Amino acid sequence: MTVPVDVTMRPKQKAGIESTRARTAVWLLAPTLIVLALVAGYPLFRTFYLAFTDATFENPGKFVGFDNFLFKADDGTWVGLLTDPAWWESVVNTVRFTIGSVLFETLLGLAFALVINSKIRGKGLLRTAILVPWAIPTVVSAQMWNWMYQDNLGILSQWGQSLGWLKVGQSFLSNPNTSLWALVAVDIWKTTPFMALLLLAGLQSIPSDMYEAAEVDGASKVRQFFRLTLPLLSPALLVALIFRTLDALRVFDMPYVVKGYAPDTLTMSMFARQQLIDNQSLGAGSAVSLLVFLIIMLFTVIYVTTLRVRFD
Amino acid sequence: MTTNTTNTTGMNNAAAISQTPPRRKNSALQTVGTVLFWCLIAVILFYVLFPFYWAIKTSLTPSGDLAQNALKWWPSSTTFDNYVQVFKGQPFARNLLNSLVVASGTVIISLLLAALSSYALGKFRFRFKTALMYTILGVSVFPQIAVLGGMFTTIRSLGLYNTWAGLMLSYMIFTVPFTVWVMTSFVRDIPNELEEAALVDGASPLQTLFRVLLPVMTPALITTGLLGFINCWNEYLFALTFTSSDSARTVPVSIGSFSGASIYENPFAQIMAASVVVTIPLIVLVLIFQKRIVSGLTAGAVKG
Repeated sequence: MTVPVDVTMRPKQKAGIESTRARTAVWLLAPTLIVLALVAGYPLFRTFYLAFTDATFENPGKFVGFDNFLFKADDGTWVGLLTDPAWWESVVNTVRFTIGSVLFETLLGLAFALVINSKIRGKGLLRTAILVPWAIPTVVSAQMWNWMYQDNLGILSQWGQSLGWLKVGQSFLSNPNTSLWALVAVDIWKTTPFMALLLLAGLQSIPSDMYEAAEVDGASKVRQFFRLTLPLLSPALLVALIFRTLDALRVFDMPYVVKGYAPDTLTMSMFARQQLIDNQSLGAGSAVSLLVFLIIMLFTVIYVTTLRVRFD
Repeated sequence: MTTNTTNTTGMNNAAAISQTPPRRKNSALQTVGTVLFWCLIAVILFYVLFPFYWAIKTSLTPSGDLAQNALKWWPSSTTFDNYVQVFKGQPFARNLLNSLVVASGTVIISLLLAALSSYALGKFRFRFKTALMYTILGVSVFPQIAVLGGMFTTIRSLGLYNTWAGLMLSYMIFTVPFTVWVMTSFVRDIPNELEEAALVDGASPLQTLFRVLLPVMTPALITTGLLGFINCWNEYLFALTFTSSDSARTVPVSIGSFSGASIYENPFAQIMAASVVVTIPLIVLVLIFQKRIVSGLTAGAVKG
């Protein structure tokens, strides 16, 4: 889309101007790069360094190699983060949370997007309405749902109890079998609009004459959806999936506000913060942070390479 | 009549366009389809809006009556007492001020940085540009938890723990990449003639940026700034970790750990009141800038 600025210049002038412009670009970028190095690069480097120390809040600590992750204790047993069942439980919780919420958000978001993209009246109202959950701060939406999930006074517990899904006085949150899914429901409500807006933009970029051609050829609506809409939507769908997966994998605020550090809904980020701040062990906590970082990077690399996503 | 039908229901009924005979059957089907469709829209609207309605209803219920009236669909008596208590019982006004200052400060600095670098990334050609774009994208999807330990020690050693400046510094980790990324996609679309004309007239790059491009970029700056503001306003993990008292504590932390003015009342009436207070301005902003927000969101994510 972008045409090079200097197409009209003669070749000799062009080289000089190009290098001057490159130098200008460096100056324009310098402040941003310095700030990013300070607020992102350095703290990340510090976290990685701390992960290999036994630092605490009071004690700068010393280098301990991989001991935070795994080491053989004097009695011959293996200890460390990688043998900690609480860590693995948080990994399982996070993965289940991510799969559940991203899957349903995608399906629901696609449904919302298709409805809004149809030619029926009232779609403008709908598009405005779905912005409401998106605009509500995460912590606020967590508290709103927390209230609806209260054991006795919560409307959702009431519905669950009258439908016989829950015992009297029980809620979806207090039941450890459903608590994680109760949180997934909050996340779906909050983030489906984002998904729907991204997919809607994708749908609107599909040229309408394609559908006209399909009509002329007599393709049914269902066939049009699977043969035309879905393939043409897949780039937008993939990018939305990646963003949402990465977001869900690092989830912290909503489960923390609703359930605190309860083990049945403890996510990886919550486990890391618990070690880091609440237990005041900077070294061990940073080791968890490092693992979370690596897991998320792994997901990103898998996504970007296997799906061959192109951002430009 | 017939042309109208084909126009308004084109998506729903394909056959109507090409075939004439079965039209009557189709229009009956269409009516059913339209009704079902409206039901679907009603269900979606209910799903999307109900939790917010419920919060408003609860916030207007006197907190003493909450035990009896919590499950009723309409408030039996309304009161603004919960809203008064939110501000009386705890330093909620101070929390609001903290959020406002931190979010505005972060956004202003980020937009300034983004204006400079998006000009370079959107209009200049130089080596490593793609690598740089990917790095910036990488930082923006970076899990906040990955820098928590390092950020904590950095902020403490700079003496910025529990201050506005400490929060602003830490928030820039997500606002700077985000604003740069979105602004770059906007700047790329500005016609090159504008910049060329300024260059031909002998303007320096900074003059070109601030005198010629910035006026064109203003709508994009507003959109990006608004989205960045919302991100900062909603941030929880850093605010929770890098503050220890109400002198810097922001609204989400306050709402997340709300205990109410007295232990004898159910704090949820007040929590919902506080929730409504911080949400209404956001919803109003979002409704006013609806179109721009949607385009900004999709520019940030889809178009890249």
